[in-house]
Amino acid sequence: MKRRALLGAAIAVAAIAIDAIALASGAIAQQPPIKIGMSMAQTGGLAGAGKASLLGIQIWADELNAKGGLLGRKVELVVYDDKSTAAETPAIYAKLLDVDKVDLLFAPYATVPTAPLLPLAKQRELLLMGNFSFQVNSKVKHDMWFNNAPWGPADSWAASFLELGQKAGGKRIALLAADQEFAQNLALTAREVAKTRNMQIVFDQAYPPNTVEFSSIIRALSATKPDIVYVASYPPDSAGILRAVNEIGVGDNVKIFGGAMVGLQFAAVMENLGSLLNGVVNYNTWLPEPSMYFEGTKAFFETYAKRAVEAKVDPLGYYIAPYGYAMGQMVEQAVNATKSLDQKAIAKYLHANEHKTIVGPIAYSPDGEWKETATLQAQFRGVKDKNVEQFRSAGRQVILFPEKLKTGDLISPFEAARN
Amino acid sequence: MKSKSTGVRFWIGAILFLAAMLAATQVIRNEYPFFAGYIILQFVVLAVAWSILGGYAGYVNFGTSAFFGMGVYTAVFLVKATGAPLAVQIAAAAGVGALLGFAVGLLTLRMQGIFFSIATIALTIIIETTVTNWRFVGGAAGIQIQRPPVTPPFDTYVQMLFFVQALLVVLAVAIARYIQRSWIGRGLQAIKDDELAAECTGVPTLRLKLLACVISGALMCAAGAPAAMYFQYADPSSAFNLNYSVSALAMSLIGGTAHWAGPVLGAILLGVTQQFLAVTISSEVNVLILGIMLVLFVVAAPEGLIGLIRKIGNWRAGRAT
Amino acid sequence: MFSFDLLLGAIVLGTLLGCFYAAVSIGLSVSFGLLDVPHVAHPAFLVLASYGVYLLNDRYEVDPLLAGLLITPLFFLLGLFVYRLYHETFERRGTDAAVRGIAFFFGVAFIVEVLIVLQFGVDQRSVTASYIGRSWRIGDLRIPIRQLVAFAVALSLTILLTLYLSKTFMGRAIRAVAQDQEALRLMGANPVRVKQWAFGIATAVLGIAGALLIIVAPVEPMLDRAYIGRTFCVVVLAGLGSMTGTLIAGIILGVAESIVLTMFGASWAPAIAFAMLLGVLAVRPQGLLGRRL
Repeated sequence: MKRRALLGAAIAVAAIAIDAIALASGAIAQQPPIKIGMSMAQTGGLAGAGKASLLGIQIWADELNAKGGLLGRKVELVVYDDKSTAAETPAIYAKLLDVDKVDLLFAPYATVPTAPLLPLAKQRELLLMGNFSFQVNSKVKHDMWFNNAPWGPADSWAASFLELGQKAGGKRIALLAADQEFAQNLALTAREVAKTRNMQIVFDQAYPPNTVEFSSIIRALSATKPDIVYVASYPPDSAGILRAVNEIGVGDNVKIFGGAMVGLQFAAVMENLGSLLNGVVNYNTWLPEPSMYFEGTKAFFETYAKRAVEAKVDPLGYYIAPYGYAMGQMVEQAVNATKSLDQKAIAKYLHANEHKTIVGPIAYSPDGEWKETATLQAQFRGVKDKNVEQFRSAGRQVILFPEKLKTGDLISPFEAARN
Repeated sequence: MKSKSTGVRFWIGAILFLAAMLAATQVIRNEYPFFAGYIILQFVVLAVAWSILGGYAGYVNFGTSAFFGMGVYTAVFLVKATGAPLAVQIAAAAGVGALLGFAVGLLTLRMQGIFFSIATIALTIIIETTVTNWRFVGGAAGIQIQRPPVTPPFDTYVQMLFFVQALLVVLAVAIARYIQRSWIGRGLQAIKDDELAAECTGVPTLRLKLLACVISGALMCAAGAPAAMYFQYADPSSAFNLNYSVSALAMSLIGGTAHWAGPVLGAILLGVTQQFLAVTISSEVNVLILGIMLVLFVVAAPEGLIGLIRKIGNWRAGRAT
Repeated sequence: MFSFDLLLGAIVLGTLLGCFYAAVSIGLSVSFGLLDVPHVAHPAFLVLASYGVYLLNDRYEVDPLLAGLLITPLFFLLGLFVYRLYHETFERRGTDAAVRGIAFFFGVAFIVEVLIVLQFGVDQRSVTASYIGRSWRIGDLRIPIRQLVAFAVALSLTILLTLYLSKTFMGRAIRAVAQDQEALRLMGANPVRVKQWAFGIATAVLGIAGALLIIVAPVEPMLDRAYIGRTFCVVVLAGLGSMTGTLIAGIILGVAESIVLTMFGASWAPAIAFAMLLGVLAVRPQGLLGRRL
């Protein structure tokens, strides 16, 4: 019996190995497609955005193949589900590289699943196209990493929001951040920016994941009488916080509220919160404002809107889907320009040039983040309840930052902007 | 006489297994089998360790993730503070796990059955919250770790981690096997059947329970320690994921808890299935299959795989005579 | 920086939150507390009920509470079925029913999660009703109306279940079955039928609890995992099978959480609640108002 078990273990491991070898050798065929490998959250907490991102990438690949592909070869996406965790990604990317023999790698959506991959990519000297991670390369310093998200320099996010607040006359900052990686990293930069700008932090709390009710936190926050409220929260909490703010109130002093609330970019959440959104200034990456249309943007969203219905994903898809498409566009341009799949050549090209995409021009700084931030800060205005279509028209989310994309000015204080 | 010969066979098997694993790291160039195999071996250790307390003594520990996470963070702490090598990280994690196991063992003084299970959940959440608030190891934001250069004869770090985890498997299985066959196992079995009766007949229940908790805890923590280097990243919500608790329990039960080979078989079956599904079906159906497997096994095969194998063996033996 | 005002607010809001915790746990207080079924799929059924309420509210604009009431018969039947399955496969066969029962219910929970994902997708969902998003002002303190709804519902559920368990024949039989199955059998009642009925009621209550869950906050398919610890914490803290105890335990948990969130570091809130649970388990394993073990 005991021996049988050990034998079983050995056979199982051997079977994986044989399977792997067989798969690898079977992949060689004539004029094979160019394979792009990635994992994407299709279950778990990140799945909503992950699925939208994947649809954006698929639209790019389909359009490219319809045009005849890349270097005369079809593009094939190899995608596995990482269940929104870091626990799955190392094995998945090893499979992509060693068994599927993919030619190019896209990172999974979000920071945590990506974190174990950067050292892997660095050790093997591979190009890794980042997908909405935040400051994941700051310690690893891999020079072949390119994030598609418009975050730009680490502190620009907090700086843009706090500057808007300061211009409106704010001095006292309240920081409310989820006790999870992304929100904590943002809170960290907000503290630094506040210090350099000589602004006072009067409230600084990290709330635990799975907090059900925010009434008591909001009460404590408003008791410190802040005039700038910077919130870094995750999807379920963002709705809870806005509800509590609506019911409990944050005080009449508050000039500006929001900043880094993940979730308020998703159609289901926006539809449900409706008029509660009014007045909130929050980050976004794309909005249907006149300044945001570049070559191909309109066509992309027409295709996306059609395919989103059958794919059961976010019907608007503003937040992340166009950046999936843009990531593809950048790779497409780099491969066509270098006429090769050589990772180093592609990386060199991506570093050296500015790339035209449906989300605007993208240029990279040495750390693989955008040279300049294009993270929007936009204010919700005139939103009505229970209507998702209203968000398709301009004016519902007025862009306050950055300067070159701006479509309006901040209405302040927060209470005045809510009507 | 018989036990002596099976003992020899066991150790020959173990050495053959390790030799095969070592050979694999030298021969196979493709890294994927080691990435996937590492995870499977890690679950074998967790399931075997869980079973020492949960299977033999019948105390259902829901805190596997607490032990695993402590193992990860012991390694993270040592790397950050002293840059200690892998072997030291694992040894230290085993020590921390033994201490934590001792604490859990003290809980069993007052609690039995589901109360013990709930207490272990509570402990998990307390420990996770503490680590989340501990800035030195990165806190909620997580921490990235640099791997040192790999030690020969291994070509890559993951191959080395794979072999280290295989060593831990042999260690865990040898301990579990020893316990099962010694007076400790018989004592734990007596506790499982009827703790009060066991105590009355002179079984040192308290000492046995503490011993089981300490050994089980040390092994779980040790299994978690290499994960810090495997992922080169740690964050509390990944390290203390409920998934480890559920998997250790499910693997033991699917394999069968009456024999040390049960958790091994269960972990291999479930681990291989999960790794396979992750790169084939790769959607929510994946979770569905896990759920259905769990339900089917506990309903249709209450003794687990071991029970099934025995049944088939008996049936064959019955036919032969 | 201590402020009496803040403390008072924290206690009031915490009490309301605690009533919500009690309402989502009270079904478990019957199924686990009285019947000893290790029902870790309880939160999964709770989330399933929330999606049922969402469906009725979104499609037919039914008030969420009414929708919760409408789905209770379905959940009652679901409860009867699940208990029958559990009984046939575990309780009848005897040995380590609890351990394998836990695995069984985890499996059920996973299946429920996936079915929700396949039907509704992974986006979070919530309902609309006139009382969501409004608040009631007493002096300086503003109380969300949805919290008051949770409070009222929790209170009525507790009273109804307590009355049911003490005044009706079936209710007394349920309490009897929790204490001594043999005695009940001698009295001529079938303990299995009684337990099945009780489990049906425990599951039916989830219809309303699910409505509360989605009224208080948006739901997503994997939300059940966050509630496994909380619901079992409340039930054990209460002492198994005590309905009043469940309400009190819920309130204690809610107030503790709320005070920590308001007055101390918010990030320590989960540790405080569960440290309390550990303390109670160590000192008084039968819970606050528990039946003797």
